[in-house]
Amino acid sequence: MMYLEARDVIPISVIQSTAEVLMDKAAIEIPQDYLDGLKHAAKTEDGDLSSFVLKAMLDNYEAAKEDRRAMCGDTGVPRWFVKMGNEAQVEGGMVALEAALRRATANATNGVPLRPNRVHPLWRTDHNNNVGIGAPEIEYGFEPEGEWIDLITVHKGGLFGTDYRMLFPSDGIQGIKRFYLDSLMAFGKRGLACQPAIIGIGLGGSKDICMTLGKRASTLRIVGSRNSDPRIAEMEDEFKELGNSIGMGAMGFVGKNMVIDCNIEVGYCHTGGMPMSVHAFCLSSRRAVARIHADGRVEHRTDPNWFTPYQRRETIDWEPQREAAE
Amino acid sequence: MSPREVRLSTTPTPEAIADLRLGDVVYLDGLMYTAREGVYMRALEDKANIPMELPSQSAANFHCSPAARINADGSFDMGAVTATASFRFAKWLPEWMAKTGARLIVGKGGMTSNDYKAYFVPNGAVYLSTVGYGTGALLGRGVESVEAVHWNEELGLAQAMWVIKCNKMGPFIVASDLNGDCLFERENAKIAENVARVYEGTKPAVLKRYGESDDRTDEVI
Repeated sequence: MMYLEARDVIPISVIQSTAEVLMDKAAIEIPQDYLDGLKHAAKTEDGDLSSFVLKAMLDNYEAAKEDRRAMCGDTGVPRWFVKMGNEAQVEGGMVALEAALRRATANATNGVPLRPNRVHPLWRTDHNNNVGIGAPEIEYGFEPEGEWIDLITVHKGGLFGTDYRMLFPSDGIQGIKRFYLDSLMAFGKRGLACQPAIIGIGLGGSKDICMTLGKRASTLRIVGSRNSDPRIAEMEDEFKELGNSIGMGAMGFVGKNMVIDCNIEVGYCHTGGMPMSVHAFCLSSRRAVARIHADGRVEHRTDPNWFTPYQRRETIDWEPQREAAE
Repeated sequence: MSPREVRLSTTPTPEAIADLRLGDVVYLDGLMYTAREGVYMRALEDKANIPMELPSQSAANFHCSPAARINADGSFDMGAVTATASFRFAKWLPEWMAKTGARLIVGKGGMTSNDYKAYFVPNGAVYLSTVGYGTGALLGRGVESVEAVHWNEELGLAQAMWVIKCNKMGPFIVASDLNGDCLFERENAKIAENVARVYEGTKPAVLKRYGESDDRTDEVI
């Protein structure tokens, strides 16, 4: 007990004020890794209309930052990923943290302003603040050491570009490729997926976790990152190229840039199945991250660095030294 | 080759519309209103009186919910503006266009050439697509002012009828013309030529799904 009481507690006021800054940054500032990816795409694009679209998007990011206005009018559905070092403590506990994130979401909706996108699925009730039943989503992760807390907000679009399918081992890699292409074709036409996008693929897990893995692969990994499994990293390269060889670009116009990057995350699944999900994080890939330390220091960044060795662990117990030695 | 740029009024003459070509880039001047499922249902199904003089005040219907707020003093702040996918509104558009004389339908992704031929062309109307999607900050700069927000109480901020004054608001891309041709279908047809090659070596999933089409040149919308 002495040990617990001696630890620094992260003030709830810092959590809420940091969360409000993150909401603002996510809506307005395109993350540098995505911007670099899109600039590269704009250089290689030779379709007339696709080129025009990519140039307009680059102008748009500038305008958003200059005017401090949201880069896209559809500001997505704000959600939170919270990661904590094992020794972190929050003033008021996790109920206070959830209240602070809900307050920050509501305040930023009115403040930035964001579009109040969240409504009841049946009654279409809109509280005009992006808060309601299960909204914003708050998901948690933990790391073995540290007294810090990472707040990550992602404002992903909510309608197109995502699909799930139960595949089977006999479908193999060719079946995975086909479903990947199907998703790009279905949602790429007319640009419904708001491509070029960061495509996230979830493989394995149970059905819900398969969706979660794919969504996190698209939103919590940056452009240029690669899975720590070298064979999966090769698939990521190959799938990026495959998506860009369709001949479809921005808005579904003829072009060669559909996929800014392809990220794959896996989880162990039922021995009979090979579930797969595909997600597209759009031209306004809204994500922002801050680490709050126990002493109150706040460090902003754009890489969630979610998929650590601990998150991808395969063993029963966490034995970092043994992992590192292998 | 860069696309041709055109300035267009939101109450355009028939000649100005006839002059538009697929792929032209358009900037709008004048009043434009947002209307999507909420407004369509209220005006067409609940038969509420439309609180504007249409089309004399505006012939431009934007499929949009802005990122905006209404301040305590009743003034408005509009940040970013982008469109939502229009194909979902095909159910209401023929009646809406007949009732309001809308000549410019502005949104995301366009409609099918069947829609264009069936009720856009007979009404002298064309479709303008937003760019990107979405150039929300650029479009936000083109909003000179918010003139009114109708039906906010009934429909909420996202579905309300926002009346905005456009000043060189854009870019938009002309996605249909008075022949009823569709820019996106033209592009789809070009891309379709390559589809078989990209799919080479892949095979259909062992477990099929109801309603599955194996023709990847089909659209699913």
